Amino acid sequence: MSVVSPAAIVPPTSRVAVRQSSLRRWLRTNGPYLLMSAPAVALLFVFAYLPMFGIIIAFKEYRFDQGIFGSRWIGFTNFRFLFGSDIAWRITRNTVVMNFLFIVAGTIANITVALLLYELQGKLRAKLYQSAMFLPYFISWVVVGYFVFAFLSLEQGIANKVLVSLGLEPVAWYREPKYWPAILVFVHLWKSVGYGSILYLAVMLSINQELFEAARVDGANKLQQIRYITLPHLVPVVIVLVLFAISGIFRSDFGLFFNVTRNQAALYPTTDVIDTFVYRALRQLNDLGMSAAAGVYQSVVGFVMVVTVNWAIRRIDPDKALF
Amino acid sequence: MGKRRGPSKYRLMRLLSSAAINLALGTIAAVCLIPFWVVIAASFSSERALVESGYSLVPRGFNTLAYRYLLVDSAQVLRSYGVSVTVTLVGTALGLFVMALLAYAISRRTFKLRRALAFYVFFTMLFSGGLVPSYILITQYLRLRDTLWVLFVPHLVIPGWVLILRTYFLDLPEELLEAARIDGCGEWRMFFQIVVPLSTPGLATIGLFAMLMFWNDWFTPLLYIEDQRFYPIQYLLYTIVNNMDFLDRLSQQAGIRVEPPRIPARMAMVVLAIGPILLAYPFVQRYFIQGIRVGSLKG
Repeated sequence: MSVVSPAAIVPPTSRVAVRQSSLRRWLRTNGPYLLMSAPAVALLFVFAYLPMFGIIIAFKEYRFDQGIFGSRWIGFTNFRFLFGSDIAWRITRNTVVMNFLFIVAGTIANITVALLLYELQGKLRAKLYQSAMFLPYFISWVVVGYFVFAFLSLEQGIANKVLVSLGLEPVAWYREPKYWPAILVFVHLWKSVGYGSILYLAVMLSINQELFEAARVDGANKLQQIRYITLPHLVPVVIVLVLFAISGIFRSDFGLFFNVTRNQAALYPTTDVIDTFVYRALRQLNDLGMSAAAGVYQSVVGFVMVVTVNWAIRRIDPDKALF
Repeated sequence: MGKRRGPSKYRLMRLLSSAAINLALGTIAAVCLIPFWVVIAASFSSERALVESGYSLVPRGFNTLAYRYLLVDSAQVLRSYGVSVTVTLVGTALGLFVMALLAYAISRRTFKLRRALAFYVFFTMLFSGGLVPSYILITQYLRLRDTLWVLFVPHLVIPGWVLILRTYFLDLPEELLEAARIDGCGEWRMFFQIVVPLSTPGLATIGLFAMLMFWNDWFTPLLYIEDQRFYPIQYLLYTIVNNMDFLDRLSQQAGIRVEPPRIPARMAMVVLAIGPILLAYPFVQRYFIQGIRVGSLKG
């Protein structure tokens, strides 16, 4: 990492400058800041910007022994293979559909929990409930994978014990793709509702209390207060959060789809998303070209989504726009 | 709330709605906690009870064999703990340092490049080269595979956190910094002696998020670590999901011939991996809540 920063030529303070050039003057005010920025700027350059140039790998027949520059240029061949197979459609559909379900279910659940917590505000119980719901946010997807397995394991799982005790047939959960959209939505909610409700609760707490007071005087009940005061105050936040979530609809939470499903091939019809395919093509199928092509597809479409969504937010509320 | 006295029908309604709210939240909270309890109970159960009657809310055949097996008979668990602790502490300290320096620089109004650099940071959140280019860069060009470095160096700078830290620094009283500058305080001294002490809540919040990220990272070792000496605890946990024999291999290395308690040992590994988080949770929770509010409102 030998990035030469201009800050390296800051004049020593002891030096008596007869006449400072404009560059020197510029460096005297900006030099310390440049030096401070240098380590993080260099790290971002290496680990974020260099890989961006690495996108050309997707247009090459990459061979480890020949490197990026030595490998043969093959144009769009990798992309033709990717989009010529059923894989591209499957991973795109699963990514978008699952993210869509997460956004809808997540928004409803987060707002509902926030509304419930708001009613108990200030009470110790509210803090305890919130602590319990926030805890899953803190554990890794590997651990969540174990948790889910304790429930869904064919022979030892709690779910099948319950089914059997009700006189029903046990289910081989890890072989039945049809159940997994629902399971993944549930697990997603389980891990994120404590986190997701925090922001909505913060917005509710910032609503002017006099509005509720006035509504009570006018005879509005709790549900009416929620309908006509609380929810309208949430609308701007909901719009912005949902739009941002939509901008990320092409990216998925790799850990959720990889660990919770135990990477079971039988489940791929409903659980294989772009990120899991990119990983699998790279590390398990040794098809680096397909992996790179799918990665570029994701990055480019994702970028277009972000820019579009930002444009939309800018039209609705310029203050909330990202750029 | 209870001061209000109304008709009894009204009070009954209040009581009912309060009961419904508590029931709903209590159920959700219980659903969030039960998996933790099931795994803890299983880690203290006997292998035979688990195989025969499955997971449950009470430990069956209570014993601590699994923990003894992991902590005494196998050197790997302690080794992995060491890797995780080292990576978490070094990664957090270094990351916080370089992120705070950059965030401070781009929060200063006198810094000419602050807009350009803020965009330089921000753009990495919009667009990425993807997995394959990073993988090739790290394995073929930087040659970081199977090193301790790869576990934290690529994650030292998280762009979103730099931008959040900047908002903390933007809130510092400008007059104070100006006064210090007039008194001849240099930028570095200002950073360490004025800015850092005044921003401890913000730094603590980002530091805790960073610790959580490093502690829970299993993806980086999945890609770049094959050498068992560098397995962090989360990756060890991942390995024994898929590799039934890994536990047995560990015990053979340690020269043990008894049959390992396979399921309880796995569950005990889970408990060991989340243990530090559970212990710290009551004390750090509020920093995370605050960080989420600041991050989403300002960042």
